[in-house]
Amino acid sequence: MLNRRLITFLALSFVTVVFFLSDLALGSIHISLREIISVIFGKGAGGINSEILLNFRLPKAITAVLAGISLSVAGLLMQTLFRNPLADPYILGVSSGAGLGVALITMASAFIPAAVTGSGWAMILAAVAGGSLVLLLVVGVSFRVQSAVSLLIVGIMFGTIAGSLISVLQNYSNPDAIKLFVMWTFGSLSAVTWTYLQALVPVVMLGLGLSFFLKKRLDGLLLGENYARSLGISIPQTRFLIVIAAGLLAGGITAFAGPIAFVGVAVPHIARGVFRTSSHKILLPATMLCGALLLLICDIITQIPTYTLPINTVSALFGAPIIIWIILKKK
Amino acid sequence: MPQANIAKQYIMSILTTQQLSIGYSKKGKTTIVQSELDLQLIGGELVCLIGPNGSGKSTLVRSLCGLQNPLSGNVFIEGQDVSKISTAERALLIALVLTDKVEIENTTVEDVVAFGRHPYSNWWGNTSDEDVIRVKDAIEMVHLKKHQFKLLNELSDGEHQRVMIAKALAQDTPIILLDEPTAHLDLPNRVEIMMLLHRLAHDTGKAILMSTHELDLALQAADRIWLMNDDQKGVITGIPEDLVFNGSFNRTFESKSYFFNASNGNFSFNYPLTKKVWVTGDKTRLYWTLRALARAGFKVVQDAEISIEMTNSNWKIQDEVFYTIEELLAKLTRL
Repeated sequence: MLNRRLITFLALSFVTVVFFLSDLALGSIHISLREIISVIFGKGAGGINSEILLNFRLPKAITAVLAGISLSVAGLLMQTLFRNPLADPYILGVSSGAGLGVALITMASAFIPAAVTGSGWAMILAAVAGGSLVLLLVVGVSFRVQSAVSLLIVGIMFGTIAGSLISVLQNYSNPDAIKLFVMWTFGSLSAVTWTYLQALVPVVMLGLGLSFFLKKRLDGLLLGENYARSLGISIPQTRFLIVIAAGLLAGGITAFAGPIAFVGVAVPHIARGVFRTSSHKILLPATMLCGALLLLICDIITQIPTYTLPINTVSALFGAPIIIWIILKKK
Repeated sequence: MPQANIAKQYIMSILTTQQLSIGYSKKGKTTIVQSELDLQLIGGELVCLIGPNGSGKSTLVRSLCGLQNPLSGNVFIEGQDVSKISTAERALLIALVLTDKVEIENTTVEDVVAFGRHPYSNWWGNTSDEDVIRVKDAIEMVHLKKHQFKLLNELSDGEHQRVMIAKALAQDTPIILLDEPTAHLDLPNRVEIMMLLHRLAHDTGKAILMSTHELDLALQAADRIWLMNDDQKGVITGIPEDLVFNGSFNRTFESKSYFFNASNGNFSFNYPLTKKVWVTGDKTRLYWTLRALARAGFKVVQDAEISIEMTNSNWKIQDEVFYTIEELLAKLTRL
């Protein structure tokens, strides 16, 4: 049993590496594998191809891997916490909060100095602030609300409020500002440069570390909160830590790459299906691997047309059928 | 009771409550369900908690194990105040079997029983040799050895409940609390679970407390009964038969439509008995004949005008012979 899983894991890892290299090679300009290897190992420096690789494709591929890992693990955390197969980080309202922050920066810019709105960091900081604010509200509620289902509904309500506020802002904005905001909602992996990666990587690492630290408690939660408590797991503390971990992972990615839908809800189901387990010891790495692979595939698909498709659209095309399949299978 | 006896019982008891009041407190409004309870659980005994719906059985179970805070008073387990110890410490003292549905995909019986070892492992959940042995023993104790590697969703309801009991055993605590473990089970499985719990209490020396609606089964299986009365009238404890003889059951389950039948430990319907009849003869058919007569509204009195004579194969009224109760009742309604 363990051997079968190990073989699956190694095979998937190999496929992921292949797709990572393909992601680097494919695009409007084709770059050969030999060239990629020599650039990565610092040999063939110089030239337009190495420029594209190092400053554009490599950070984009790394972001795809990070986003796939983060959103999928955040989805797994949410599904275990809420014992709901359709829960994902967006349930917490993280992306709506981030969206509200970005909407304020792009569309209410009349009230904010141009120097602030002009830089990329402003958008990221606004997204982080908005996402964190909603997250803090949800965490605050989590101490007062007994059932996980109620918390789920509260998260959805916060998301709805943020969404409505965005609509209000759009109503009063000029078309250029609305377009800037809509572009952000499409999600973009290429917006993440090396500079941004330096901030994103620690956030993701912290979230992942926390997730692995919670492994045993996550397993315990599978029995339901009452049984988990009878096994010595402190529910308020665990719930708090899970929300923080999911917030770091999903909030961080949303802030830098925009909202990327469906990965969070779909990938944990793929991992459960492939590895046939509910144990988080296996599910956490499996989800990371499947998430990275899925988003690399999505990123490659976005480059197939002559102009680049929004990543959010492609991931939704993958995710939605999976959700339908889950519902049909449950019947 | 002499002083020495009380002291001895106190030492033997694993769980003790002192002036325990249970209920709910919401927005400053307090609803007391039961108050001033002084209860004890003794090792090696199966105790059944019974009482009418709404008397607070689940509230008591939840309060004893710390899932809910008592309104006042204390629960002591092996000398430690339950409300003053951490969730992790409590997990070493009480194991639970709840009515919560457990559905986990791709998870075997062994995996679920191993959850019982959680309180003993480190943050990552590494299993020790002792964990492996305890899990194996627990599975054997509930007779699930051959289903060890079966998936949880392949089990029957009765087997599923035995898995949860095995999980509680693996937790290796002095006390196991079960909230209606026989609900949703058919009669053979209910009897099986009761017998199992009785045997486990005696074999392991654990104190096992279960709440249940199965009065007749509880009377047979329990070493001791906690009889909970509604309207905050407290909990009466005792050996089942003593509670039958002193009329406690009758008082607790008092109703116009049924009564506690002390002769068989069941509830009997309280039919309005307007007509009179007398029954003599062979006693083997007495119980079922009386039941049918009561349903038809007949009271059995010695000076009745109608007299039924029972033999071991039929019934007689004067010289007329009836071979079924149906014929007999038809005749009686015609009279």
